[in-house]
Amino acid sequence: MSDYILEMNHITKEFSGVKALDDVNLKVKKGEVHALCGENGAGKSTLMNVLSGVYPYGTYSGDIVYKGEVGKFHKIKDSEAKGIVIIHQELALSPYMSVAENVFLGNEQCSGKGVIDWTKTRAKATEMLAKVGLEDEDVNVPVNSLGVGKQQLIEIAKAMAKDVELLILDEPTAALNDEESAKLLEIMLELKKHGVTMIIISHKLNEISYVADAITVIRDGHTIETLTKGVDDFSEDRIIKGMVGREMTNRYPVREGVTIGDTIFEVQNWNVYHPEDPSRQVLKDVNIQVKAGEVVGLAGLMGAGRTEFAMSVFGKSYGQKISGTVKMNGKEVDLKDVRTAIDNKLAYVSEDRKGNGLVLIDDIKRNMTMAALRNFFSKNGVVDSNEEIVKAEEYKKLINVKANSIDQAVGSLSGGNQQKVVLAKWMLTQPDVLILDEPTRGIDVGAKYEIYCVINDLAKAGKAVIIISSEMPEIIGTCDRLYVINEGHIAGELAKEEMTQEKIMGCIMADNRKGA
Amino acid sequence: MENKKVVNIDMKQYGMVLALIAVYVIFAIMTGGKNLSPANINNLIMQNGYIVILAVGMLLCVLTGNVDLGVGSIVATCGAVIGIGMVDYGWNMWIAIIAALIVGLLCGMFAGFFISKLGIPPFIVTLATMLMGRGLTYVLLQAQTKGPLPADFVYIGAGFLPTIKVGSIDLVCLIVAAVISVLIVMAELKSIATKKKYGFATNPTWQLMVKDGIIIAIVWFFFYKLACYSGIPFVLVLMALLVGLYHFITTKTVAGRQIYALGGNAKAAKLSGINTEKVFFWVYTNMGLLCAVAGIVLSARNASSTPKAGDQFEMDAIASCYIGGAATSGGIGTIIGAVVGAFIMGILNNGMSLYGFSTDLQKIVKGAVLLGAVTIDLVSKRKK
Repeated sequence: MSDYILEMNHITKEFSGVKALDDVNLKVKKGEVHALCGENGAGKSTLMNVLSGVYPYGTYSGDIVYKGEVGKFHKIKDSEAKGIVIIHQELALSPYMSVAENVFLGNEQCSGKGVIDWTKTRAKATEMLAKVGLEDEDVNVPVNSLGVGKQQLIEIAKAMAKDVELLILDEPTAALNDEESAKLLEIMLELKKHGVTMIIISHKLNEISYVADAITVIRDGHTIETLTKGVDDFSEDRIIKGMVGREMTNRYPVREGVTIGDTIFEVQNWNVYHPEDPSRQVLKDVNIQVKAGEVVGLAGLMGAGRTEFAMSVFGKSYGQKISGTVKMNGKEVDLKDVRTAIDNKLAYVSEDRKGNGLVLIDDIKRNMTMAALRNFFSKNGVVDSNEEIVKAEEYKKLINVKANSIDQAVGSLSGGNQQKVVLAKWMLTQPDVLILDEPTRGIDVGAKYEIYCVINDLAKAGKAVIIISSEMPEIIGTCDRLYVINEGHIAGELAKEEMTQEKIMGCIMADNRKGA
Repeated sequence: MENKKVVNIDMKQYGMVLALIAVYVIFAIMTGGKNLSPANINNLIMQNGYIVILAVGMLLCVLTGNVDLGVGSIVATCGAVIGIGMVDYGWNMWIAIIAALIVGLLCGMFAGFFISKLGIPPFIVTLATMLMGRGLTYVLLQAQTKGPLPADFVYIGAGFLPTIKVGSIDLVCLIVAAVISVLIVMAELKSIATKKKYGFATNPTWQLMVKDGIIIAIVWFFFYKLACYSGIPFVLVLMALLVGLYHFITTKTVAGRQIYALGGNAKAAKLSGINTEKVFFWVYTNMGLLCAVAGIVLSARNASSTPKAGDQFEMDAIASCYIGGAATSGGIGTIIGAVVGAFIMGILNNGMSLYGFSTDLQKIVKGAVLLGAVTIDLVSKRKK
């Protein structure tokens, strides 16, 4: 028969009259890694939900042919019974349960009816972990004692325990650092050798071109094209062209007409200890300075201490026994809490926009003015709601937030638009210095470009911008200068001309050798 | 730009008010108009005054995503202070009132301290203050009722503003109704003018006229009934002032906005420069103070202090907030909603009593209404 394990033909799925998927075709060959690419909202997740039975058979049109027969999945259990397992972006692990319990969560190893056989569970869990390169892990420790990277692998082990034949990974590396991501990709290639077919959804195009055998590009609910390794061009630019429908000649807009001014932000001899463990030093003698109009990057691996640095400077929101000085416009300031930091014209845009940045149930307007309310939208503690509406409208237009109105709840916006709301929130505090922590995490190419434009405008307006990003191309593409942070201290400083991924990694490696 | 200048009034925000009117009409039919009598309208206000006062404070706790279970007990404790002070020690009325307010404030600060400074969950802290407050009340009163309280003091809970009677009708009530009507129209005109000035969307004129017409009709109905009875109860004035004040705080002030932000996402609020500890502390301190106010009104109405006073008031106050559309997760809810919720509960109680339902049956109905209201609210939101 055909060598396709899965054929999704002419899939159309409507949500109250709006076509989320319109005649989508996806053909996956047995034993390949098939990537699904598209901007946020293009329909990738909807397609996978149709496949796994989240949207039951009959609620969509078109058919799914799996292993030669038409699949009619009414619920997730149906597709799992056939060996299709989906691993969602958000981890579905129960944090306080042990690794072994998690691996067999919902698939318990029983000796009688409903009685769990613990010996069997542990033994089989160890076996499953070995398949994902975690043979040395203790299966009895609670899963939350492991890092996110290992937890992601445990998710895969969990899928393996269900005798998976078609594994779907939705943004598996979104929360991982480069090293962990690389390991995950290796595991994927290993699984491929054992005959597991995989579908991967990812925004990290470099990973896709590395790991995938075929790429299907989806845009606005339509299949655009399928690229095959060895036949088609697999470069990032080629994939992006399919995703956005035009050539993105420059992913990073050029910054012009910026005058670099005096140093307006300076942190000296910054030392911070871990909030729960006073003996553990998280940051050691960090010194940085930023000029007006300058965009400076903080590069480094995840866990190097970049977010910790930003948050400890921003009103001592992280850590204890903090020492060192902060100078704004040449004057030493004591940013003892967030309020003081805001009053001194420092802004910090958190890496976790849903958790730390937004009130999802509240509307765009109130989210935008949340941090600036006290200083700019009130008199004697009374809110000027008219002024609030005017400014919110102005910023919605200025940075192009796509929403029906400023009264829409931010929870209903896409990631990119949420990120723009958070940016507006901090721009409204009229800061001189902005620290942007992972400003484009999990958002699509088009929205990224718009955010870079906002960053350029900020620099043009004479602000100092500090960007923390785990995506090295992004830091290199947007920054005038960068500091490499490793293990809590500055491992190097690179000027625009010297910025390459190799140089950054070189700094980290050299630093690790010194430390060892 | 120009296309969104006129939008329809969003009916959803008036759903609870319509429900209130519906419940009232249903009982009017069931009781053959008994609940429309001037005496009964007066009763509704006097009986529910303290629940409304507590619901207003409770809403702030609910906005943070929590509740205060200690409310009923603190009401009783503050009432006990009044009774003991005035009956046993012969305190002047004002001293007794100030003492009760201070005790309420301290009780609130006690809970606020554990919640904000030590991070103990409010449910636990207020469960403790509920037990401690009730116990303390019994100890203070030695399980006895203290009374009677002097007439000057009883005025707070059972007195009326001065009246100018023309026949059997009080002119003061009608003047107040007229003033309120004018204020409503003026406020509407001012709001339209502001919207035009800033170029915001306005509502169609006829819709605004219907809306304001209904509100003014209710106001006149209400005050006419009071005019036929003994005039404006003092409790109504107190209630109106508190509701107005807290409505202003929650909708128009930075402090109010901080409570909503905290309830919606505490971490984001903290990183936006909001001192979440301070917000928690003041929300619970404020609740204590309002418990004292309710305690004063309650003991004045009963002309005595009893150790059982305020039993399960916390449940009525919490239910009022949720019936009025507040979210259990925090961050959503309005003062007006809580007040409407309190009156829905009050009208139910009152109507069922008039109809002759036993108190046991009343509890079943109240429970069902709470469950029904919240279910409808959540299910309709989920559909969106």
